Amino acid sequence: MTHAKALRCRECGREYPLDSINVCEFCFGPLEVTYDYDAIAKVISREAIANGPPTLWRYHYLLPCDREMAVDIAAGFTPLIRAQNLGEALGLRYLYIKNDCVNPTWSFKDRVVAVASTKAREFGFDTLACASTGNLANSVAAHAAKASMRAFVFIPADLEQGKVLGSAIYNPTVVAINGNYDDVNRVCSELSDKYPWAFVNINVRPYYAEGSKTLGYEVAEQLGWQAPDHCVVPMASGSLFTKIWKGLSELSQLGMISSVHTKMSGTQALGCSPIVAAWEGGTLNVQPVRPNTIAKSLAIGNPADGYYALRTMADSGGYAASSTDEEIVEGISLLAKSEGIFAETAGGVVIAGLKKLVDQGRIDPDEVVVAFITGGGLKTQEAVAEHVKPPLQIEPSVNAFEEALASRSS
Amino acid sequence: MSVNVKIPTPMRKIAGDQDSVSAEGGTLRECIDSLEASYPGLKERLCEDGGELRRFVNVYVNGDDVRFLQGLQTPLKAGDEVSIVPAVAGGVGCIFFMA
Repeated sequence: MTHAKALRCRECGREYPLDSINVCEFCFGPLEVTYDYDAIAKVISREAIANGPPTLWRYHYLLPCDREMAVDIAAGFTPLIRAQNLGEALGLRYLYIKNDCVNPTWSFKDRVVAVASTKAREFGFDTLACASTGNLANSVAAHAAKASMRAFVFIPADLEQGKVLGSAIYNPTVVAINGNYDDVNRVCSELSDKYPWAFVNINVRPYYAEGSKTLGYEVAEQLGWQAPDHCVVPMASGSLFTKIWKGLSELSQLGMISSVHTKMSGTQALGCSPIVAAWEGGTLNVQPVRPNTIAKSLAIGNPADGYYALRTMADSGGYAASSTDEEIVEGISLLAKSEGIFAETAGGVVIAGLKKLVDQGRIDPDEVVVAFITGGGLKTQEAVAEHVKPPLQIEPSVNAFEEALASRSS
Repeated sequence: MSVNVKIPTPMRKIAGDQDSVSAEGGTLRECIDSLEASYPGLKERLCEDGGELRRFVNVYVNGDDVRFLQGLQTPLKAGDEVSIVPAVAGGVGCIFFMA
């Protein structure tokens, strides 16, 4: 069972039954799931959650789908790591990394797809689909395989090989569109009007987006049931950013944690930074851009949740930062060298942005800071391939080894 | 001159249950006025009171976002394809807890 009650338009407040729709018929505003929090408060507790599975399904009370129907490839409940080395390098005493590379398809998208695919199955769909910059496609293909559903995943044609292969292996129909993500998104929006498929980030998007809340729940639980002082999050559409905040807020309102004082700071690549640009310009109006960055997973030029991300930033007292491609590669490298975590480009965006916010004095050295690393680096090898040292290639002898080592050190 | 306008599902009720309709106009603004004449109420779904496009409405002419063209002043010619596509935002909100 679920405690979800209805869909409500974020703009005009009109309510709709829980169905596979995502926009208000009257004002085109986005629909969001509402819950019966009274009922949830009666059944949820720290103990009940602790006794749940080591996956995001431990928080099923606050998800809009039926736990018994779950399409479960064990997404979520990823490690929260105290990052002492990186903290020292940046000048932060209590820095944590939420390592969401450690998901079944190596990105946080398994959270949203777990919920969306479960809901799609509840609705009786036999086909999953998505518009994706790569990670989502991987996760949709994997969940469809687990659920014995058909899958169509639509991606921009210029994606990294690891992300194309990372979908293809699960045997969906991969459609590579000659265009950028915003083109892919437009085509999929039109296709979703025509085909009776569950496009996870279109017609079942209200449910999909709720999956990201679990990142907020987990961080709070892993910090001993308290909210961090500061979250540093990558932004593409801006949805994840807003949902981490929503997750923390829900826990607070349910009395699971004390009040939420968390500052939400968002990061983007300079080559695709429409939300950061709006924040810097002091406006809630996001001007779309044409993306040009190595951070392809964040390359959404027309971010659908940009407006809400800016409001969350303002409400929480957070900041925004963007980084060049060079800084992104340095960020990936710094995280790997200091903490042993190999992130994809979005992770480089977060670490580079975190560094910037610290340098600007926007994060206090004593704050409890969580940096969200949302995808694994093996998927975007192209970004760093030329920045790592090649192996010492030698003949099989001790002499050869020592000579090669000496010549590299010299 | 006539252009073809693709209507998304949430707007079809107001457009006589059609998935595409034809409209007239030398610019996007004129095209929307022409749609309003044929399907009263349609314009307020697309535009704010001041006449500008709503935040959650994306309009494309032959596949290009009009915000990269000339917005409502974007010129149209016969046979152009205008697509109206709702933005796919998830949203976040205040939580109405135990209200």
